[in-house]
Amino acid sequence: MATKNKELQTDVVEKEEVEVVEGAERTRPVKAYVPRADIYETDDSLVIVADMPGVDENNVDITLEKNVLSLKGYLDFQTPENYSLAYAEYEVGDYERSFTLSDEIDRDKIEATISDGVLRVFLAKAGPAKTKKISVKSA
Amino acid sequence: MYRRRPFGYYHSINPWREIEQIQREMNRMFRHMSTGPRVAPGYPAINVWANDEGVVVTAELPGVKTEDIDISVVGNTLTLSGERRPDELKDGEKYHRRERRQGKFTRTFELPFGVEADKVEAMFERGVLHISLPRAEAEKPRKIAVKSAN
Repeated sequence: MATKNKELQTDVVEKEEVEVVEGAERTRPVKAYVPRADIYETDDSLVIVADMPGVDENNVDITLEKNVLSLKGYLDFQTPENYSLAYAEYEVGDYERSFTLSDEIDRDKIEATISDGVLRVFLAKAGPAKTKKISVKSA
Repeated sequence: MYRRRPFGYYHSINPWREIEQIQREMNRMFRHMSTGPRVAPGYPAINVWANDEGVVVTAELPGVKTEDIDISVVGNTLTLSGERRPDELKDGEKYHRRERRQGKFTRTFELPFGVEADKVEAMFERGVLHISLPRAEAEKPRKIAVKSAN
């Protein structure tokens, strides 16, 4: 199986594996990957968009402990029946990534959606931290 | 390799961790020689599952809409193209971090056999694409009976 258009996209499409924390090992026998994420800010919230292909609302966990937000997606993978893997460019596994939240996030107003393997976490900004415009008066 | 902590790393040197790290880096370097997955030469990375009846090609395309995926088969050539659209940001909204690739993609593969083009099926679920390509009837392996000469 040869690819014809190598010159079109030469940048590497590789998944980054989660590094094992010292002294802690994974309990599941699959690899874990760091989902690629975008983060953008709107007027009243911060949105984290993370790629978790193969994950749906039934196998994703979002936890907030102190100020660390952890996103975990668990693999629910079925190999095509009666087929064997002939050629592979990617591996599948769980997804794990954590973000440290600043104080400006309202801990009680965190919402998340997942569709087409993309997780979106909406973090509402706490009241006083909403963007304030400071007008400058001439003296 | 990438996320070596700037501090603390040299304070508590654990030789096993060092070795694991080196091993991981070696694995990365020699990936193309090993039996593990090759590095994809383009987006998206694909996996190919095969049996006598045909192949199943899978690709991870998180966030791509079904209508933005284009699959075409001519003879034994499969072309997968499409577009990954970014979230539309309003005025005043800004990105802090962008790691997810966006834009158009195309990949072309040569399959090891001709395909029954009108029986190709594709399913897109949870951001994962499955394309099932049945082998052309004429190209299926045939069992040859061996007759004895007497």
